[in-house]
Amino acid sequence: MTVTPITLTLGPLFFNWSPDRIGDFYGRIADETAVDRVHLGEVVCGKRAPLLDTALARAAERLERGGKTVVWSGPALPATPRERRAARELVAAGALVELNDLSGLAHLAPGAAFVAGPFLNIYNEAAARELMRRGCVRLCANVELSLAAIAAIAGACPGLELELFAYGRLPLALSGRCYHARAHGLHKDSCQFVCDRDTDGRAVRTLDGEAFLALNGVQTLSHGVQLADVAPERLRAAGVSALRLSPHTGDMGAVITAFRRFADGASTAADLRAAVAAAGPPGPLVNGYLSGAAGMALVT
Amino acid sequence: MGSVELVCPAGSPAMLRAAVEAGADSVYCGLRDETNARNFPGLNFSPDELAGAVDWAHDRGARVLVAINTFARAGATDAWLASVDTAVKAGADAIIAADLAVLAYARDAHPGARLHLSVQAAAGTADAIAFYAEAYQVKRVVLPRVLSAPEIAGLIRETSVEVEAFVFGGLCVMAEGRCALSSYATGRSPNLSGVCSPPEAVTFDRADGMLTPRLAGLAIDRLGADEPAGYPTLCKGRFEAGDDPAYLFEDPVSLNAMGLLKSLRAAGVKAVKIEGRQRGKAYVARVASAFRAAIDALDRGEDTTRFEALLSDLAEGGRETAGAYNKKWR
Repeated sequence: MTVTPITLTLGPLFFNWSPDRIGDFYGRIADETAVDRVHLGEVVCGKRAPLLDTALARAAERLERGGKTVVWSGPALPATPRERRAARELVAAGALVELNDLSGLAHLAPGAAFVAGPFLNIYNEAAARELMRRGCVRLCANVELSLAAIAAIAGACPGLELELFAYGRLPLALSGRCYHARAHGLHKDSCQFVCDRDTDGRAVRTLDGEAFLALNGVQTLSHGVQLADVAPERLRAAGVSALRLSPHTGDMGAVITAFRRFADGASTAADLRAAVAAAGPPGPLVNGYLSGAAGMALVT
Repeated sequence: MGSVELVCPAGSPAMLRAAVEAGADSVYCGLRDETNARNFPGLNFSPDELAGAVDWAHDRGARVLVAINTFARAGATDAWLASVDTAVKAGADAIIAADLAVLAYARDAHPGARLHLSVQAAAGTADAIAFYAEAYQVKRVVLPRVLSAPEIAGLIRETSVEVEAFVFGGLCVMAEGRCALSSYATGRSPNLSGVCSPPEAVTFDRADGMLTPRLAGLAIDRLGADEPAGYPTLCKGRFEAGDDPAYLFEDPVSLNAMGLLKSLRAAGVKAVKIEGRQRGKAYVARVASAFRAAIDALDRGEDTTRFEALLSDLAEGGRETAGAYNKKWR
């Protein structure tokens, strides 16, 4: 029996990379990787967006020429008039968009298809069905959800494509306050864009010196790097048909190759862990959430 | 009731009575299970206690708002739907909810029930509020604690939904309902299980005259004998991000926006809310009576400055802030 291959999705870039770095990164993704779908768009901070719009638009053209499907992701916590306008314009553009805040549904035409991003609080099948009624075709599960919870959602929502956040620092929290600015003695409204100094986020250590979290502007991420080393047959059994890999420095091409092989049944979980660890992830590998444990745990 | 509705917390029937007797117009409370966001041992109401409390409050002209404001667990949503039924049956004046599953069930199964959008939904823009009003007919939104006072005024100009704003108590520095720090460390979080920095994960070390509060083994502060030790909530801890250890996310402060009552009222805020269902009846009696006096003074056209320092000693960690209501907080 042939099975449908698991789709590999590259999630939206969370970090404030320079336009040059963005161009180089997506050029490689377009030309050299086996990723199927790429999300673009500034989801963390609307202040960055005007500086990156051109670079992202060029990346989109390049990715589409390379045969990738491009999906635009909307802001996770739109607050300012500029962010709200950007969110409205994104939806109005008419292409398939990923909503990361439910305010997007106020703009979307009734029944228009959309993707629900991992920043939405969809924790159960009834909430997912509410979104399906509004046009949701795919849900990237909130990172707190266990595989069992995802399976419960998938089982009760036939027709909804389920995507799993499978690689990268976990997006844990959003705030009205910019912690990057605060760490530099600045405020959000006069931030000098200091978040561009930390290309995978700024390390946060406990008083014992243990690396714990990473700051990225108004976002707080895990220090640990999520690795969904769940065998493809278990993913399929849970209704997961796509894996989301979140952009980081290090060798994303190698990460994508390792996941492609693993998802195709051509390598073991140990192979995946070894290949990803060798690709220079920004922290130790973790996977606790998937089994209902603390997110920072590594359950093997 | 004055020009602004005073909404106070009740973690128990005794605390509910104390709040109403001290001048609360409304009290909010939850059932004794994981369907509410203060799921701490020894807190909250049984269905019978809730029904009795509603009757008692109604006899005194006060309203009871029931928080069913966590996100239902996948595969086990029945408990949340049952809580909605229980609240309606008890005669609750409104249900405070954030989960689309809970909102949809209340809308469909109890069309007459009044719905308030919980702060856990983090609906901080007119667009988000418009969605919840259109889809679930929410009548009131509890604003996330990330907006400045002028932004609240701007938001109210764009919406016809009533706005409730926190004015006192523990301050979330993250957008409420959009934070998984607690589960990353402990496996339990507000969204997953109705608790943040759960008590069973807290330990304390003492060495060399210093106290180290730990959460899931992680050192989240280090305090000398002269430093007050509040509850070790993760985001209020001291961490290192390059230089010296600092309160990276937030200093150990509590919200006190009594000084902003007048501007919040002018902005069109319909109700002001006190945090702290876990803090007992003595706390709520003092906070409710101070805010009652301040609102009444405001309505008589009097200055409220004299009330502002009344509650300073109740702040967790002993320090107060107006939080995001001041734009520089960001």
